[in-house]
Amino acid sequence: MTVLTRVATLIAALTLGFALCVAHAAPALKAGVFEPPRQAPEFTLHGSDGSDVSLARYRGKLVLMSFGFTHCAAVCPTTLATLAQVREKLGPQAGAVQVVFVTVDPERDSPARLKAYLAAFDSSFVGAAAKPEVLAAMRKNYGVVANKVAMSAGDYAVDHTSSIFLIDREGKLRAMMPYGRDAGDFVHDIKLLLAQ
Amino acid sequence: MTKRWARQGGVLLLVLVLAAVGWAALAPLTTESREALFEIPPGTFARRMAGDKVEILPDTIRLTLGLNDVLLLKNLDDVPQVFGPALIMPGQSFRLPFEHASTYSFACTAHASGQMNVVVEPHPAAGWPALRFRWHQLQRLSGWAAEKTS
Repeated sequence: MTVLTRVATLIAALTLGFALCVAHAAPALKAGVFEPPRQAPEFTLHGSDGSDVSLARYRGKLVLMSFGFTHCAAVCPTTLATLAQVREKLGPQAGAVQVVFVTVDPERDSPARLKAYLAAFDSSFVGAAAKPEVLAAMRKNYGVVANKVAMSAGDYAVDHTSSIFLIDREGKLRAMMPYGRDAGDFVHDIKLLLAQ
Repeated sequence: MTKRWARQGGVLLLVLVLAAVGWAALAPLTTESREALFEIPPGTFARRMAGDKVEILPDTIRLTLGLNDVLLLKNLDDVPQVFGPALIMPGQSFRLPFEHASTYSFACTAHASGQMNVVVEPHPAAGWPALRFRWHQLQRLSGWAAEKTS
């Protein structure tokens, strides 16, 4: 092998290595990214559409999961309105995305109430409820916080985690979008995750 | 003669100080990495169980756009940990970039207040803001050095 051939082989190997590195570089999501991603904890809850809600049911879809309650004054309506906007912006790709809204207030949020509430934002959204202990166990698996806060006249609100979980089509917990990000950030990340 | 030397020395010192201040105010701000890294060291859970008060994340984290605007949390312990806004598995990291200057609040059980704030400040402009930024960096660095040597 001549010196020239050796140099050419070395350059080709380096170019291939660089190309492979670039191809495998992690996509720059705008959400907070878990690395390495783990399988999202499975659950089975009562869906607002009358069926059980589980991650297995939505395998093959990108799941956007948020936690909240229908009496929420600001955070939940803002999040749900943003997610409705996301689906609009996605156009035909919206079919590959499922929004799941898990209640942190099982005393007041029945599947029927969740259905009526979510329909005001997007009829494809699915609400999920269950017994308090089932929901508490699920929250623990996701590191979600929910604390009752007493209000006037015996009323209460719930302080809760407001980030939205992004679970990919294989059921892996890939990222968490903090509250307050706009629809464009979601669309950016969803397109990247759907392209993988 | 001695007075003249002293005067010349004084002038030279003043010029050097002015040059340093000018550089600090006008030179572009750069950092080696945009990541503000916080790690849960191995054995943290065991130390907590033994009664040690282990504080890793401050109540408020200050980031600067364009300089250290990526929050990187790593769990090097052998049990899952709620760390800032996320539940992080052993050996896992959570990388959260910020693109807008604002104050972000996250529910966090690792803090006594139940909340963690991330204050993202705008990129310091040339002049007084850059000078003030470098001064704070210097103070932070000297505080860190004093802590290491004590």
